[in-house]
Amino acid sequence: MRFRGIVLGFLGVATVVAAWDLYKGLGPEQGVLLGDTRILPRTTDLAMPHSWEMVQRFGEPVTSLSGAPDAFNAVFDASMFSLGLAARGWLLGVVVGLLLALVMSRFRIVESALLPWVVLSQTVPLIAIAPLVRRWGSEIEIGSHLWTSEDSVAVIAAYLAFFPVAVGALRGLKSPEATHLDLMRSFGIGWWRTLLTLRIPASVPYLLPALRLGAASAVIGAVVAEVSIGLKGGLGRMVIDYAVAASGDPAKPWAPIFGAVAIGLVAAGAVGLLGLVLRPFRLTGVAP
Amino acid sequence: MNDPAIQARGVHRVFGKGRKQVIALSDVDLTVADGEFVSLIGPSGCGKSTLLRLVADLDASTSGEITVFGKTARQARIDQEYGIAFQQSGLLPWRTVAGNIELPLKLHGVNADERRRRVAELLELVGLSDFAKSHPDQLSGGMQQRVAIARALAESPRLLLMDEPFGALDEITRERMQNELVRICAETGAAVLFVTHSIPEAVFLSDRVVVMSPRPGRITGIVDVRADGMVPAHDRSAGARDEEGFFRAVGEVRSLLHGTPETAVTARGVDTR
Amino acid sequence: MTTVAEVSPAKDTRARLPIADVRWSTVLAPLVVGVLALAAWEWLVASFDIEPFVLPAPSAIWEQITLNADSIVRGASVTGRNALIGTLFGAVIGVGGAMLAGTFRFLDQMAAPVVAALAVIPIVALAPVLYSMYGAAVDTGRIIVAGLSVSIPVYLNTLRGLRQVRAVHRDLMTAYAAGPFQVIRSVTLPTATPYVFTGLRVASSLAVIAALIAEYFGGPIGGLGKSITSSAASSNYPLAWAYVTGAIVLGLLFYVVTLLVELWFSRHHRPAAG
Repeated sequence: MRFRGIVLGFLGVATVVAAWDLYKGLGPEQGVLLGDTRILPRTTDLAMPHSWEMVQRFGEPVTSLSGAPDAFNAVFDASMFSLGLAARGWLLGVVVGLLLALVMSRFRIVESALLPWVVLSQTVPLIAIAPLVRRWGSEIEIGSHLWTSEDSVAVIAAYLAFFPVAVGALRGLKSPEATHLDLMRSFGIGWWRTLLTLRIPASVPYLLPALRLGAASAVIGAVVAEVSIGLKGGLGRMVIDYAVAASGDPAKPWAPIFGAVAIGLVAAGAVGLLGLVLRPFRLTGVAP
Repeated sequence: MNDPAIQARGVHRVFGKGRKQVIALSDVDLTVADGEFVSLIGPSGCGKSTLLRLVADLDASTSGEITVFGKTARQARIDQEYGIAFQQSGLLPWRTVAGNIELPLKLHGVNADERRRRVAELLELVGLSDFAKSHPDQLSGGMQQRVAIARALAESPRLLLMDEPFGALDEITRERMQNELVRICAETGAAVLFVTHSIPEAVFLSDRVVVMSPRPGRITGIVDVRADGMVPAHDRSAGARDEEGFFRAVGEVRSLLHGTPETAVTARGVDTR
Repeated sequence: MTTVAEVSPAKDTRARLPIADVRWSTVLAPLVVGVLALAAWEWLVASFDIEPFVLPAPSAIWEQITLNADSIVRGASVTGRNALIGTLFGAVIGVGGAMLAGTFRFLDQMAAPVVAALAVIPIVALAPVLYSMYGAAVDTGRIIVAGLSVSIPVYLNTLRGLRQVRAVHRDLMTAYAAGPFQVIRSVTLPTATPYVFTGLRVASSLAVIAALIAEYFGGPIGGLGKSITSSAASSNYPLAWAYVTGAIVLGLLFYVVTLLVELWFSRHHRPAAG
């Protein structure tokens, strides 16, 4: 049955690719218009490259200048750069999120005071401030550390990543049943020991999806922040730069997009591996 | 002579294959006459719920034959020959009490006027007329179960299948519900197949109590509560629970439950309230 | 017969939103925190002489909001329109897709890798290529980005909801010999409805964020995102923050509306109900 799933999965991806190329081949040049609104895209070579052209593009040099690296190498480097920033942001977000969850689970009043703001912080597009931290680069000094644009990107990524972690960890820490808590009480052990023996193990099943979601959010945050801050070297900036080249080289802007897909999957997958390590705890907990 | 409400002959039900095989029911023969109240009792895993599900055609037997009023179980289900109630009331939380009771009528194309009339009747019958517009989450467990029974009665079935309908209720509510069920059965004259864990419940409600044992699930004995010496138990007034015949019947069911060799282990699961 | 009076007869059967049982501290505490944070912010900026490009004072932002209210509302309506159309399309695609995938298991398995990928990738990065596919002068690219962002959580939640049908309800429908469409209408869809709206609530925020951020990646001007970047480019930071405030209010609006809708549709779905 697993095998069937894998085959069908591949078939699903293949269907998407086939639909793309079929439409590219057979669809009308100017797309499908409903009134004045184009509901299906133009199919000109400039607007919509074939899927294989996107793949081929990876093997060709970035620019016609001599000595330009292969697009694959350029995208790979940019992906690693963005992934690094996302990882920094993720770590920061996880630490902040866990601390918040810990404090909120300990003190009810803190939970009622902070949780609405934590939820609000993500329901509102506060990421809109990303362009506004652009000038922070090299303008602020904290101790001996000169604030860099990389730091700004990492902070934005952390900002997107902390939320699922805070909310997931809070739910997890509060998940033990009353009977278990009563049991701990009857053993006469304090909050701290209860945390270690009961609450943290019980929170694992909630924490793992939260960490994975946080990783995906960190990647999105990093890419978007690179765009808004204008930081060179990462995928975000590359998406914009290559889009400019789209008029002469339509397959080119897809290269960094595949890079973004790849690092999103890598980030989520890496956290998934963490789940394998913590597997024993998943069995004890309830499904979230 | 009418066809019996239920006739099961040589019924086997096996779950799983190979080494994981579990024999849920083995060679079960049972006849429930029209208008008769029969309880199935036994420890967990004795197949009593499986038997009820086979009669309801919610599950198919591995071999053997089950007929309901002379039809196959499947045909009986399609013809809506029975009403059913489960341990969980199974009410649809987004429908009102009235909406839940009329659900089977609605599904089977009864018109709105007729539905309204019938729902009012049933609400009266289970004493919930004031709650027609309430939602299930506003009712207590006992009231939810009464709604479920009203729903089972909606199409005036000649057979009621009840799978531990009072299992989740507290003892006080439970006895009250038993009294009401007795009254409802007397008014409707329906045959009942009733699955329970409770010996007094089985004895109080039933004409006959079918005792089952597990591994493999089979019938170990049948106590006819109407028989000599137990007749007082069968007058089914609320006072019957104190009669001597009632205790004798309870004792007989209990000894059947504990009497078979392997029940020494399994009987721990028996609820001997 | 015995009439049981555990609950007073159906006094209030009107549907209520389950927000009636909030305690004072749960409302007051976050408000206090909010006011304190604002005050601290104002005080910090004033006493440490923080440059506006780092962080403008709330008072300065408020001044810009009052001065540019018109333009903020106009920008919010452009961005909000994209987000709204995207939400509607995304919801239709998400729910429709989930219903197909819920019915045909092979479709579910085929969609799995595509959905899993879409869930973890920055969908807004598609904005530039969408601009070249649909034209950079129209908002279609942004609507698609918003719609895609919405469709994923709606799809996943709806699919989950369709699988929540309780065994006892399924048995009941079998016992009633109900046809497949009757089962869908009376049990499957009502069971899934609250999940659909939970997905929609999660997605509504994503829609606004996606529509806004897509503006950072190019396309026509007029929306809040473009206004934020252009004010930031001309170093008018308090104005940029004023537009950010507009975006926050817009996001809040989407969230609150979908939250109320969700609460309404799940009002009788408390687990206590049998």
